[in-house]
Amino acid sequence: MDVLELARWQFGITTVYHFLMVPLTIGLSLLVAGMQTAWVRTGDERYYKMTKFWGKLLLINFAMGVVTGIVQEFQFGMAWSAYSRFVGDVFGAPLAMEGIVAFFVESTFLGLWIFGWDKLPKKVHLACAWAFSLATMASAYFILAANSWMQHPVGIELHDGKPRLTSIWAVLTNNTVLAAFPHTIAGAFAVAGAFLVGIAAWHLYRKSQDEGVWRSSLKLGTWVGVVAFSALAITGDWQGKLMFEQQPMKMAAAEALCHTEQPASFSIFAYGDVARPDCENVKSITVPALLSFLAHNDFSSEVKGIQDLVPLYQQKYGEFYPVDERLGELSGKPIDYVPALPVTYWGFRLMIGFGGISAGLGVFMLWLTRRNRTPTGWWFPVLGLAGIATPFLANSFGWIFTEMGRQPFVVVPNPTGVDGVWMFTAQAVSGISPAEILTSLIALTTVYSVLAVVEFYLIRKYVRGGIPGVLPPTTPDKTDDGALAFAY
Amino acid sequence: METLWFVLIAVLWLGYLFLEGFDFGVGMLLPVLGRTNAERRVMINTIGPVWDGNEVWLIVAIGATFAAFPGWYAALLSAAYLPLTLFLIALIGRGVAFDYRGKVESARWRKAWDTVIIVGSWTATLCVGLLISTTVLGLPIDVNGDRVGSVFAAFRLDTVVGALAFAGYALVHGAVFTALKTEGEIRDRARRVALTLAPVALLPLIALLAIVAGLWAGVVVLVLAAAMWRLLANRDGQSFALMGLAIAASVAILFGSLYPNVLPSTLNDAWSLTVANTASSPYTLQVITWVAGFGTPAVLVYQGWTYWVFRKRIGVRHIPVN
Repeated sequence: MDVLELARWQFGITTVYHFLMVPLTIGLSLLVAGMQTAWVRTGDERYYKMTKFWGKLLLINFAMGVVTGIVQEFQFGMAWSAYSRFVGDVFGAPLAMEGIVAFFVESTFLGLWIFGWDKLPKKVHLACAWAFSLATMASAYFILAANSWMQHPVGIELHDGKPRLTSIWAVLTNNTVLAAFPHTIAGAFAVAGAFLVGIAAWHLYRKSQDEGVWRSSLKLGTWVGVVAFSALAITGDWQGKLMFEQQPMKMAAAEALCHTEQPASFSIFAYGDVARPDCENVKSITVPALLSFLAHNDFSSEVKGIQDLVPLYQQKYGEFYPVDERLGELSGKPIDYVPALPVTYWGFRLMIGFGGISAGLGVFMLWLTRRNRTPTGWWFPVLGLAGIATPFLANSFGWIFTEMGRQPFVVVPNPTGVDGVWMFTAQAVSGISPAEILTSLIALTTVYSVLAVVEFYLIRKYVRGGIPGVLPPTTPDKTDDGALAFAY
Repeated sequence: METLWFVLIAVLWLGYLFLEGFDFGVGMLLPVLGRTNAERRVMINTIGPVWDGNEVWLIVAIGATFAAFPGWYAALLSAAYLPLTLFLIALIGRGVAFDYRGKVESARWRKAWDTVIIVGSWTATLCVGLLISTTVLGLPIDVNGDRVGSVFAAFRLDTVVGALAFAGYALVHGAVFTALKTEGEIRDRARRVALTLAPVALLPLIALLAIVAGLWAGVVVLVLAAAMWRLLANRDGQSFALMGLAIAASVAILFGSLYPNVLPSTLNDAWSLTVANTASSPYTLQVITWVAGFGTPAVLVYQGWTYWVFRKRIGVRHIPVN
């Protein structure tokens, strides 16, 4: 494999992995801050126990999110140095802002929160929880602004063949990020909601002590999940409409729509080989005119197909890669403007599908536990625990779809913006040897796999331990006024 | 404006080396200063509330380099690919180790994470030393800023001295910090270890500074000697402050001699990366200057407050009884 392929695999693996931790961190930290607020305001022990229990699971997960995030900050320079040089004037700024505005707050106040129990005044300690949980949201905003700029470059002019920033405001208020941010945050809450529901359902089934804790957690989780999924559907629709404008090829690929249709039907399921851009052999179950509506809010509008888009792309962005030795095998070769169709087509469907299953489960759980009932069948906790996986999968497939769907570009040309700013993924990699990147790919994947097992083990252990497992020792040393909570 | 950002990035590195320097040192000295599990817990809890905040100085140093000098960021990080991979893995390992070590009641579990903390801290500090000395001393880069030649180009005699320089500094700095933050036997041990190690452990730093700036290294020698003298006089706080001054002087000397280069080419002076040929546009620099201008003072205030909240010395007697 060449550097390009290895670098793409590495970016994909490290980023998808990182994004398993991130949504749980974002969603759960805000919920925990909410639980602690309820405790501080009402003095109800139940909320204290909820804060302690879910806070412990949050911390186990938080650590992983932090350390896997470091890799992201370095990776652009290490493996994608040509990309970094090309976009540095624009892309670095939101990253630097993320560090200064969000990461410092997040890390410092998390430390204060962990070690400040019983040490800080109650309200100050609570403020620390809000500080770090809001900072996780802020960091999501900045990194999504950076990503959205790659999807839809704005706020720039072309200078010496490179984008030059002219308006940071335009980058931070890019309509792409305004849609992506609520969609991502709703996805984070969907994850946190399902997490609460699954674990609380298991404890209710086991009749663990502190039933009130599990009852409240389950209720909170289901409602968070249901609201999150409504938000996901609305923001997803909005994002989709933007994408039809900004990246028509991505949306055609999402449908594996080969020929322009008017009105266009929405494909629910395809059997046969979706990989062929000529659509031979594909039999698909469709809903008439729905795609037209999703694209333009109009059931009779036209949606362009892949075969009609390719000539447009060739005309605007060229038919052949430039002759450049750094492009390796691709140098001077024709440019393939069609993303990997099976990945985009199924990625899109799996995102929506798992999202839908997760939403349905949430509603079902709400109904099952109405008026404080608890089903006694073994299937109840199994359903809850299995349900935890669904929003994670939906998130991952969503990202895989959106990032694979912009290929072969790493910076996608903006059809309504500055002409001439785009970059092919093949041009973005560092001038390093395949051996180096293979080494890091193997090393990081191995470390990540081990850590996945460790995190799973720890979360399972603390889930099983229930409330008694997370309360502080009952006989604290009283010889001093407590220098800090001995959390480690 | 470019010069301002060059100075700011040096300051971010200084913040990183000073702050994470001691938490690296605590990790490196874990088996030496912490004989029992209780003592090790004391050590880890001295840095517990702050190590993550310290590490963000690195993230911001790197992020700011990306924003202000994309050419520097791209060249250095891709050229030093292998040492950075090692660095990242070390940071990942020790980060989760602090958090996970105490989460299972088992001697084997703790021992495994102790190993990760010790090895991770050593590896990370050696790598960061290698990275900084590499950017100061230069790499075989071509006119595009791409490395020419071996993947091990960053490993040379002088950069290895640089790696040892920061490891040695972190070792002594960590011991002084432990002395400052603990009480009882562990504190006495930390003071002894700092004083014993200092003459040897601090040599590579002096050597690196001498390679880069000749006699200027003498300034740092004096400050370090003063730090040890104050430690000997039982003034841990003053000693710790002087260790901070020493790293500040070292960073000033290293980056001062580097300027206006940011990454010299060892092949051809004309190919060296400089503040001028790697900087972002004036507008971008202006944007991040505003953010840093408001953000950094706030960071200093609330990070300072954290150290104030957890200012008390801790000892084995503070550990809650289960």
